[in-house]
Amino acid sequence: MTVATLVPLQSVTLALVAAAATLVVLTRDVQRQILVNGIYGILLVILFTVFAAPDVALSMLVVSTVGYPLVVLIAIARSRNK
Amino acid sequence: MFLPSVALLAALLTWSLVAIPHFGHYRGPYGFVLNRVVLPERHMTNVVTATVFDYRGFDTMGEEFILFIAVTGVVLLLREQDRDESSDSEDEIGSDAVRVGGSLAVGVCLLVALWLIAFGFVTPGGGFQGGVALASSLVLVFLVASHKAWSGIASEEVLDPFEGVGAGGYVVVGLAALIGGMAFLTNLLGPGTPGTLYSGGSAPFVNWAAGTEVAAAFLILFMEFIEAYVVPLA
Repeated sequence: MTVATLVPLQSVTLALVAAAATLVVLTRDVQRQILVNGIYGILLVILFTVFAAPDVALSMLVVSTVGYPLVVLIAIARSRNK
Repeated sequence: MFLPSVALLAALLTWSLVAIPHFGHYRGPYGFVLNRVVLPERHMTNVVTATVFDYRGFDTMGEEFILFIAVTGVVLLLREQDRDESSDSEDEIGSDAVRVGGSLAVGVCLLVALWLIAFGFVTPGGGFQGGVALASSLVLVFLVASHKAWSGIASEEVLDPFEGVGAGGYVVVGLAALIGGMAFLTNLLGPGTPGTLYSGGSAPFVNWAAGTEVAAAFLILFMEFIEAYVVPLA
C-alpha cells in the first residue's frame, strides 16, 4: 500500500477553497453571491481533480455550474417579483 | 446563545478531526477489493462507475427513484392544466456574441455530455454526470435562443416519455436477470473487451437508462421552473 503525501498543488488548492468559502459567506448581495459561489464551485472541481477523484469532480462541476445557480436565480427572480 | 453554540461546534469539529486517519491512509477494505476485482471480473476500466452501476446497482436504482419522485413533486406543485399558450413574447437575444458563442457551446456541450454517458465505464463520467450535462446543454438553447425554440424541446409531451423510459429501463434490466433465474440486477452479458464501449456487460444499459432519466428529470425541473416563475416576468 502506498501512502500518499500532500503535494504543494493540493495544499494551495485547499487554501484557495477555504478562502473562497469564506468569501461566499461574507458576500451579502445574493446576485453577487451566486457568482462568487460559482468560483468556489470551480475551485472545488479543481480540488477534487488534484486529489485524483475525477468522477466526483464531474459531479461537482454539473451541480455547481448548472443545477444550483439556476435554481437559486429562479428563486431570486420569484422573490423580487413579489 | 451564540458563543456557547460556537464553542460546542468547535469542540465537536476538533473531536472529529483528531480521530480521522492521516492523509493518504485509507482504512476501508472495499476500495482495495474493488480496485482488484473490477477489471478482471467486469472488464470496466472506471471502478467508480462499475461500483455505482454494477456492484451497488440496487442502491443507484433507489437514488434514481428519489430524483424521479422529487421531480414528480415539483410537477404536481407547479404544472397547471390551462397554462396560456400566448407566451410567444419577443425575447430574441440582442447580442450577436451571445447568439454565436452560445450556439457553438450548445453543440460542444451536447457532444461532451453524450461522451460522458457513453464512455462512463471506460473513462471518468457516467449516467448521472452525463445526464445533467445533457440537460444543461439543452438549457443553453433557452439562454441563447428564444423561448419559442426552448419550448420546442422542453414540453411535457417530449420529456415525460424519456423520464419514464429511463426510470423504467433500469428496472427492466434488473428484472431481465430475475427472469433468467438470477438475482435482481445480476450482470447478464459477457464482460467484453476492456477499455472499449463493448465492455461491462449489462452495466452500460443501466448507465444509459440512468443518463436518460437524469437528463429528462433535470429538463422537466427547469421547464417547470421557467414556465412558473420566469415566463410570467417577461
